[in-house]
Amino acid sequence: MNIKPNKAAIKDEVAGEKTGGDGPEQKKTNGMNRRAFLGTVATITGVTLVGTQGIARASADFSGWPNSYGVLTDLTACVGCRSCEKACNEANKLPAPDKPFDDSSVFEESRMPTQKAYTVVNRYENPKDKSKPIYRKVQCNHCKEPACLTSCPIHAYTKTPEGPVTYNPDLCFGCRYCMTACPFGIPAYDYWSALEPRIQKCTMCHSRIKEGKITACAEACPTGALTFGKREDLLKLARKRIADNPDKYVDHIYGENEVGGTNWMYIAGVPFEQLGFPTNLPKRPLIEETKGFLGAVPIVLTAWPALFGTIYAALRHRDAIDEENKSAEKKEGVKK
Amino acid sequence: MNTDIVMKRTEASPVDFRSWFMGKLLMNMTWPDYFRSLLTPFNIVAAIILSVGLPILALRFYYGLAFATHASNEYPWGLYLGWGLFGGVPLSATGFIMATAYYIFGFKRYHPLLRLGVLTGFLGYLFAVIYLLVDLGRPWRIYYPMMIGFGTQSVLFLVAWHVATYLTVQFVEFSPAILEWLKSQRVRKWAVMLTIGMTIAGIILSTLHQSALGAMYLLVPGKLHPLWYSSYLPVFFLSSSVYAALAMVIMVSTLAARFLKKRCDSEFLESLPKLTLGLGQGAAVGMYVYFVFKIIGIAHDDNWHYLNTPYGYWFLIELVGFVLVPALLFTYGVKKQSVGVVRFAGFYAVFGIIFNRINVSIIALNWQLPEHLHHIIPPWKEAAVVLAIATIHVLIFRWILNRMPVLHAHPDYRETH
Repeated sequence: MNIKPNKAAIKDEVAGEKTGGDGPEQKKTNGMNRRAFLGTVATITGVTLVGTQGIARASADFSGWPNSYGVLTDLTACVGCRSCEKACNEANKLPAPDKPFDDSSVFEESRMPTQKAYTVVNRYENPKDKSKPIYRKVQCNHCKEPACLTSCPIHAYTKTPEGPVTYNPDLCFGCRYCMTACPFGIPAYDYWSALEPRIQKCTMCHSRIKEGKITACAEACPTGALTFGKREDLLKLARKRIADNPDKYVDHIYGENEVGGTNWMYIAGVPFEQLGFPTNLPKRPLIEETKGFLGAVPIVLTAWPALFGTIYAALRHRDAIDEENKSAEKKEGVKK
Repeated sequence: MNTDIVMKRTEASPVDFRSWFMGKLLMNMTWPDYFRSLLTPFNIVAAIILSVGLPILALRFYYGLAFATHASNEYPWGLYLGWGLFGGVPLSATGFIMATAYYIFGFKRYHPLLRLGVLTGFLGYLFAVIYLLVDLGRPWRIYYPMMIGFGTQSVLFLVAWHVATYLTVQFVEFSPAILEWLKSQRVRKWAVMLTIGMTIAGIILSTLHQSALGAMYLLVPGKLHPLWYSSYLPVFFLSSSVYAALAMVIMVSTLAARFLKKRCDSEFLESLPKLTLGLGQGAAVGMYVYFVFKIIGIAHDDNWHYLNTPYGYWFLIELVGFVLVPALLFTYGVKKQSVGVVRFAGFYAVFGIIFNRINVSIIALNWQLPEHLHHIIPPWKEAAVVLAIATIHVLIFRWILNRMPVLHAHPDYRETH
């Protein structure tokens, strides 16, 4: 399987790079550093034009890594066997679960991923047929422009060219803004560790992908509910399934456009709001919401000293005039 | 006379320095007298609060955050940031507002309140950082955004840089008071020369990070209730910090004049009623501006229909009950020249600001999650730690007011203002 992303496109994205890395991932990191550097200059010293243009050029045109991988979850095919949970637990060497993976009593409550389980399956009532509940696998959706990455003040997150959003605990100081920022509420924190707490979440088996394998959950899925592949191909597949079975599916690919698109996508037989998906999210990446504010920062840094300095000068000017008038009055008084 | 003091200091032997320094710390009392002076009902209550809160704080660093927080993935931030950072920072705008009013806009009559404002601001930021250190998973990495990784696309990166820089700026701004207390004239001269530069730096940094605290929530359109979420969030946070600062100065000066009267000089006490009315007038204007901004915010996103929902009622309690009503009270107090009414409105407005910031950071966030209102009740240990840190804040504030020339001008420097 060829897992190398389109090199020409990446080259274009990081054009002007002087210190190219050896792999595509390295290049992305360098690209971020250049963006980060220009932004740092703008934010800290207020070199207005270089900074804002740098930010705008680097991120406005970035519509995600071409040829990145993803997973399509077909909720109509999932039977709630939790094989994916088990495979994930083993692949990531996570601690043993509180209840075994064949215990269906876990479905009695709605669960979210934790630091011990990067993916969980929840059960929802099927409005079409009550005897056939709908199961939904929850994990990190690996956004094309992730809010966790946007929120992180230390760049602990990386959007890899292969698709997964990865996290580096060596850079994290534990502010947990990424947890607040994530529109899906995915990052879990190791609150019980005093010395080495870290964020834990699905990695989309990044190391396995780099070895040419597919994610552990998709490999383990016995029903074909999880399809691993290139995001572009998954979109075509999802559209085809919806077109071929218009009665079976709702006409929506969740993750195609939500918060700018995600690498993990879903198709389902009932509207997504009935399955606990957040459906109030903007179509554009969340970084767009803060771009205007951050763009104004260098302007304030540049203009404020001049503006308030002028006000101060005006005040001093008036004081000087008052002083002159006073001494002139005094002189006249002496003359009289 | 000034040279005399310098001579004395340089010639002093180590023993003299020690007695001089202990005299500073104990306010020229002997140890037994000093301890006796500490036995007050307020201090006994403070001691009880600290004896509960500080051990919990220590255990939080031993067992991890789970010991004194919800440890919830859905609710990563609780009272430490909601109260300490988001609530504390707008109330600490006092330094930048008072310095700007005095040095840049020329409100020279407010001189007696200038240092009090700067001190309130400095301590407010210091404690905001302390609350942050309590909340950070790895607080010893606090310098990482400055040296290790530059996440310039993050609003929090900007907040980190600006709060760190501004804390330094405020320390320099307050340092003349410390240096007068320590009778270090030459260094004081240097510090005073920096004043205008520091004031303008303070305006820039405050404009940006007060608004940035609001901008942090721009990332969560899916989680924050539409009545609180707005593209105007940075404007809301900045404009409300202006009146928050004025109300805070009213509150702190009222408490100081009431409980530390012997530290206040006659200039402070005599001018305070008139200055309080002036501050009240400014606060009223600020609140009306903020009120209109909030209305524009609802209109901009056409969120009127949310007003007739439970969260809408809560929003109206905040906007009418804690913005419009105190604003009207300020106006009434100023019109009737009633210092008492203005002071009451000041306390009221301070409470209103905290109410707003808690709403944004805790109550209106994640409002769609099941059993949301149940989840946001803080665990008692978290509340105990917050109470202990707030108590230390008050004690340090009082410690400084008792010693340094803040509520009174230092006799050696009375003429230099």
